[in-house]
Amino acid sequence: MKDWRYRLAEQRGTLLAFGIFIVMFAIYSANHPAGFTANVVQTAANKGVLLAFVAMAQTLVVITAGIDLSVGMIFTLTNCMASWLVVGTGLETAFGVLAVLGTGLICGAVNGAIVIYGRLQPIVATIATGAVYFGLALLLRPVPGGSVNEDLADFLTGRFFGVVPASLVALLVIVLVVWVPFSRSELGRAAYAAGSSETAAYMSGVPIRRGKLLAYTLAGLLAAIGGLFLTFFTYTGEAAYASGNAYTLFSIAAVVLGGVSLFGGKGSAIGAIFGALAFRTIGDLLFVFDFDPLWQPLFQGVILLIAVSLGAFALFRVRNRLEWFL
Amino acid sequence: MDGTAPLFRMEGISKRYGGVRALEKAELTVTAGSIHAILGENGAGKSTLIKVMAGVVAPDEGRMTLDGSEVTFASPAAANQAGIVCIFQELSLIPELSVADNIVISNPPKRFGMIDRKAQRKIAEEALARAGASDIHPRALVKDLPLSRRQMVEIAKALARKPRILILDEATSALTAADVAKVFEVLKRLRSEGLALLYISHRMNEIAELADHCTVFRNGRNVASYPAGSKSDNEVVELMIGREYSHIFPPKPASAPAAATVLEARNLSWADRLDNISLSVRAGEVVGLGGLDGQGQRELLLAFFGVLRGLRGEVLIDGKPVSIASPTAASHGRIGMALIPEDRKTEGLMLPMTVRENLSFAALDRLSKAGIIDRAAEQRLIDDMVGLLAIKTAGLDIPVGALSGGNQQKVVIAKWLMRQPRIILLNDPTRGIDVGTKQELYQLMRKLADAGAAILFYSTDYDELIGCCDRVLVLYDGAVKRELVGAGLTEHALIASALNIHGDDVRIGQGEHA
Repeated sequence: MKDWRYRLAEQRGTLLAFGIFIVMFAIYSANHPAGFTANVVQTAANKGVLLAFVAMAQTLVVITAGIDLSVGMIFTLTNCMASWLVVGTGLETAFGVLAVLGTGLICGAVNGAIVIYGRLQPIVATIATGAVYFGLALLLRPVPGGSVNEDLADFLTGRFFGVVPASLVALLVIVLVVWVPFSRSELGRAAYAAGSSETAAYMSGVPIRRGKLLAYTLAGLLAAIGGLFLTFFTYTGEAAYASGNAYTLFSIAAVVLGGVSLFGGKGSAIGAIFGALAFRTIGDLLFVFDFDPLWQPLFQGVILLIAVSLGAFALFRVRNRLEWFL
Repeated sequence: MDGTAPLFRMEGISKRYGGVRALEKAELTVTAGSIHAILGENGAGKSTLIKVMAGVVAPDEGRMTLDGSEVTFASPAAANQAGIVCIFQELSLIPELSVADNIVISNPPKRFGMIDRKAQRKIAEEALARAGASDIHPRALVKDLPLSRRQMVEIAKALARKPRILILDEATSALTAADVAKVFEVLKRLRSEGLALLYISHRMNEIAELADHCTVFRNGRNVASYPAGSKSDNEVVELMIGREYSHIFPPKPASAPAAATVLEARNLSWADRLDNISLSVRAGEVVGLGGLDGQGQRELLLAFFGVLRGLRGEVLIDGKPVSIASPTAASHGRIGMALIPEDRKTEGLMLPMTVRENLSFAALDRLSKAGIIDRAAEQRLIDDMVGLLAIKTAGLDIPVGALSGGNQQKVVIAKWLMRQPRIILLNDPTRGIDVGTKQELYQLMRKLADAGAAILFYSTDYDELIGCCDRVLVLYDGAVKRELVGAGLTEHALIASALNIHGDDVRIGQGEHA
């Protein structure tokens, strides 16, 4: 086989997600009353980017064959924090941004430490920490409120040169600064290796623990970036339990749509970003076709169920039934 | 060998696991530029020896010297640093990563803190070429490669670490004949480049073609070392025999019972692990499965028990063809089959649950009426079993994980006996349990057979097969190679057929290396 075919095979999941997104977005904008305008794109981008950040966070953990059910709550907690701290003069705002991102890092590192050193299953550990993070969020914002540095917010949610949504540019920068170095680092590869076959990775002398810890920590950071952007869009902080949970669930759907294997070791955050954008667009299709918004949660639930079911197809190929349980 | 200083030496190496001694004052000398074959039957200490060399296991005593100075290895990485690289039987490749990723996995080339993909590609291509596997694309994912190709990647991965001593543990077992020929070329070239190669294989013809020197292990000791080609196959088998007899077996019935055939297989094949197996077991008979470890014995038992999908051939119960779709189907109704698994911790018991619960699991359907468990009936049956097997437990309501290994194994067996099975499959049931319990199990097996059960018994212990079985079928490469009965059932015959030696006096070791 030729080199390019292997390259293509490596990117198949990402390309498929990109394809789904393009098709969905074409249907969406073709049926949108306003059509394909810079405004429509900007609104869609701003909504999609939030889920994209959270989905990137989820990807990092899923690659290690884990799952992070606290991403939505880190997203909510950092939103509440930002509504207190990302205000005032330029310097104060900069400090606030750093504090919010630092909080995300700590939340992620705590998840990782519990899973790796406490040897708890990721699903249980992150349900518990997620509850704690939400509790903290509620203490910070018992009722919705607060504010944000509006100059910064408007700059990051507006448009560059009148057409390019600034939030998409921000997403691109984060991909280049966080995801690309991670995926090409030795520890990033260790995270993949641990997710694919932890014993083989151990036998090969791969730094499994450090790789996984880095993945969980960066997941916290990405969820916090999402929380920060939520604040920029809404100008407030809100400890919204339902919304936090929805983001966690949707991030799993986005990851699966993006070609990331829930069994670990396979997939890319770029795929998950397109998965997130596609998932958002599918949800919004209901609006342009004038369905009752009441149907939206059911519709999204069905998409999530279909998406995660796709991951189980590999089991049909297993010939020794004992391998089902490995 | 010819007067050159040894590259690596092991002296007085001992290692015990619990009460079992795996190595007892073992010695080994490795010389640069030669291929050294290590022979021995199952459990002779070969794999422990390699693990000590490769830094996986720390020896209890003894010393190792490399280039004349003493060394100790705290981890596989430390052994790698010293230039000792081992290709283990269990593959250490990561399925979702590419071939190139795998080859450089323990020490990827870096540039500005990130993995340098160009350099990585170059290293991988060089290593693959050196291993004679340039047909494998460095970007291919390991999981998409067939087993034989993966084995070649494993060899390339070892070579990329620039070893001085390369250990191959059954490294050719998964390879096709064409690949074996290629690997042999590579190994011979490495020898001429001055590497020391340690070659462990059960295939006598491979050793004959490759080795310069052979060492035979028995009972954790090196019992003979000789230049390859100086001993006949028969002499080698004699050297491998000599396990110390310490078991007492119940007497076998004088002649084979003429009862009806209960379990029969006709031309059973599965994937590339089972090859056209036909066998039959009569009521009251204990039939052994012998051969080297991993020749398809486990898969055969799993095939009967309905675990494998895509099985070809026929299984007959009481002379009638049946299709067994699951363990539930196998254990229920008129089939009445039970499988005593090898790994009792994962496949046999639920360790945190109580002895009582574990005992009842397989028989709950027989103990319940309309879905409700009949407690009194359960208690009666459990009492019977605890008495029959003499299970030593502080009570029925303690976790089964708190019992000794031997008693845990008895619980696994008792659990299946609660169903009064007619066909009992045993997968190496005495591994890792004490001698006393072993003897009780031998007695029990004979008692069950006398009561009319048909028993198929896989064991890695040849002694046990000889002592317990009416007949032994020897498997090699997934096929039944030989059936040993009565006086023909000797350790010599078992080992010779396990190694698949046909001729009685073939000289081994006529490699062209002079």
